[in-house]
Amino acid sequence: MIGDVWAYLTAAGSWQGSNGFAVRIFEHLQYVAGALLVAFLIAFPLGLLIGHTNKGVTVAVNAVNASRSLPSLGLLTLVVLFSGLGRAPVLVALTVLAIPPILNATYAGVRGVDKGAVNAARGMGMTEPQVLWQVELPVALPLVWSGIRSATLQTVATATIAAYVALGGLGRYVIDGFAVREFDEMLAGAALVSLLAIVLDLALAFATRVSVSPGLREPRKRRLTSPLKRLAPGNQSTAPAAG
Amino acid sequence: MDWGWIVDNRDLILELLIEHIWLSAIPVVIGLAVALVLGVLAHTYRWAYPPLLIVVGVLYTIPSLALFIVLPVVLGTQILNPLNIVIALTIYSGALLVRTVVDGLDAVPPAVRKAAEGLGYKRLTRIVTVELPIAIPVIVAGLRVVTVANISMVSVGALIGIGGLGELFTSGFQIRFVTEIIVGLVLSLLLAVTADLLLVFLQRKTTPWDRLGATA
Amino acid sequence: MIEFESVSKRFPDGTVAVDDVSLVAPQGKLTVLVGPSGCGKTTSLAMVNRLVDVTSGRILVDGKDVSQTDRVELRRGIGYVIQHSGLFPHRTVLDNVTTVPRLLGWDKTKTRERAYELIEMVGLSTEQAGRYPAQLSGGQQQRVGVARALASDPPVMLMDEPFSAVDPVVRSSLQDEFLRLQDQVGKTILFVTHDIDEAIKLGDKVAVFAEGGHLAQIDSPGDLLAAPADGFVASFVGRDRGYRRLQFLPSDGVGVRSAPTARIGDRALDGWTLAVDGDDRPLGWLAPGADSVSQDRLEPLGSTFTKTDSLRAALEAVLVSPAGLAVRLDDDGCVDGVVDHATLAEHHQASSETADSGQESR
Repeated sequence: MIGDVWAYLTAAGSWQGSNGFAVRIFEHLQYVAGALLVAFLIAFPLGLLIGHTNKGVTVAVNAVNASRSLPSLGLLTLVVLFSGLGRAPVLVALTVLAIPPILNATYAGVRGVDKGAVNAARGMGMTEPQVLWQVELPVALPLVWSGIRSATLQTVATATIAAYVALGGLGRYVIDGFAVREFDEMLAGAALVSLLAIVLDLALAFATRVSVSPGLREPRKRRLTSPLKRLAPGNQSTAPAAG
Repeated sequence: MDWGWIVDNRDLILELLIEHIWLSAIPVVIGLAVALVLGVLAHTYRWAYPPLLIVVGVLYTIPSLALFIVLPVVLGTQILNPLNIVIALTIYSGALLVRTVVDGLDAVPPAVRKAAEGLGYKRLTRIVTVELPIAIPVIVAGLRVVTVANISMVSVGALIGIGGLGELFTSGFQIRFVTEIIVGLVLSLLLAVTADLLLVFLQRKTTPWDRLGATA
Repeated sequence: MIEFESVSKRFPDGTVAVDDVSLVAPQGKLTVLVGPSGCGKTTSLAMVNRLVDVTSGRILVDGKDVSQTDRVELRRGIGYVIQHSGLFPHRTVLDNVTTVPRLLGWDKTKTRERAYELIEMVGLSTEQAGRYPAQLSGGQQQRVGVARALASDPPVMLMDEPFSAVDPVVRSSLQDEFLRLQDQVGKTILFVTHDIDEAIKLGDKVAVFAEGGHLAQIDSPGDLLAAPADGFVASFVGRDRGYRRLQFLPSDGVGVRSAPTARIGDRALDGWTLAVDGDDRPLGWLAPGADSVSQDRLEPLGSTFTKTDSLRAALEAVLVSPAGLAVRLDDDGCVDGVVDHATLAEHHQASSETADSGQESR
């Protein structure tokens, strides 16, 4: 079977046309990028605010936990039944699902900044915005990036599933292939989306490495945050791609 | 909301629920077992940890649906075999839990480890009887996340024909029947909450020392 | 100069953290606020740079009421050092130090040069300027914290238990170096600690706070040890204050007599002989009963003292000397005289009486 799939993947014809790989990959990227962008624009400022002021934490934690417990397939099918087939409601659902990981990671990141450093910053004469931008945000950055990575993987996965409710993208190969028991097609879709996920994750890992201060890299011997703190409910951002 | 339908089909719903429970529980249990072994090994032979992390990292980057499909090819099983789901989810759970186990073991205070060594514990005995129990809170925290994730992911299997409560979603979608979907969602949620509470209870039972309060 | 005028702080839940405190922290001097936990010393400090606002009373920094100054501007003009340093982990040592000058918009080159100077002044090497806090030890981080506070050359500095989080050996050397630094820069410093020994070692003036936030006594360390205002201060200051006070009394009035010296090879004297070399530097004591002074029969000196040393150093020298005589050296290290225990005790008694009568007339 692998031989067949390889042939399928590398055949030029498979890449062209409205159901070709090129189009579907691009579609998938569009969904993911769009959902992430909007989710980020909502979740990031909100997370910064919650983290800096320490207000609204319980609400945020509960919202995050709730969203993690709901199967995405169930949500997608529900959304579509209520608003009819079409891309828009599905994209909205994708966006909403991408918010919790980013929100969680952002406020956990800001809250996790050494209080001594924040106190010193204020005491030295930084204004509140300066404390946020010059101290809290850069130190929170590693966690924020991990939230974005988590959200990305999750969105790639959910967008794949969303092919079931008539979205395009790489999930189409899986859903359509399954409908006619074309295992080659299913496998090709699975392989492509896996590759896409890995490539995106690597790109984000690189972006993290490049943008985060070397002073924040965890030294091998000592840990700067206790693992217990990282895994406390409310600090979770390294959950696997759900659904 | 068609309540009548629920009553009429309660046998089916129950059957799907039980299937779902099996499909989510088994991977967690086996995944934990594998993670404990690998985690203890990686914690002890530190050089093995970075490569292990990379492998583990790749594994949980892959979307679940893709893994459900790719795995049979690798394993040689039929794509539509429920075993694939179990194996795939076991791999996921194990992948995440390995990291948790190592983190938990790392969090054991070095003073405790040294004291145990000084008392004459052999390495393996020390790790299993002293360090692991102390690592329980961290491990259970990871377990809770993994369990809830599993419960969600099992329903994805419905897209390739196996999937416990997920079948309520696909079926309900196909015949445009909202009740089925809502039942599926509510049951998933209840299952997740119950599993979470169960794990917290287990944690309390196995770590009585945690609640006794520290001396200031 | 920092002045507290009847300052009180009452929190919304009713706790009185600071109760009608009035004190003056003199210009160019190190004033220490010391007391047990919960006595209001940290709150008092925090009210100077308005991290906490006063409920009643005024605080004046260089004559200006702090509540009338813009908070941010006020803070940029006051150096601030806290426990655990509070360094920014994402910035290098250099970038940490240059924080306030950058906030003030100083010239970049001038700022960097000054930062390098300060880094050296606090005892670090310039190659550490590019390191990150995580790469430094606790003691090194504290030094960076001090450099950071000095960067904009503020006239006033606030220090909140800066040396409490490091181990005692490191703490002692940090304290010594800090005293040397203060000799150089002469800032007006308000320093908080819970450690009375640190207060006595570092402070020009020591303000003892009692529980409930009121000021029990403010005096120089010597006077504090000599005359604690009440039972609380006496017990807080601790035992052996009489002995500790000796370090604040000078020894130069003590009547030394000439030392019983002899060179190696000479005949021994009656009683204890102090062997010296050709330049009159001390080598050791020779017990009575020996014929001649030889190297192998010598016992170690113990310790010595000079005119500028305190009475405590002199007493220490007497106590450890095998001959019961303390050896005084001059600036070149040559033997200058000896004094016995009885003479020291008389001298101490006499100076105490003068001090007491001096106090009565205040």
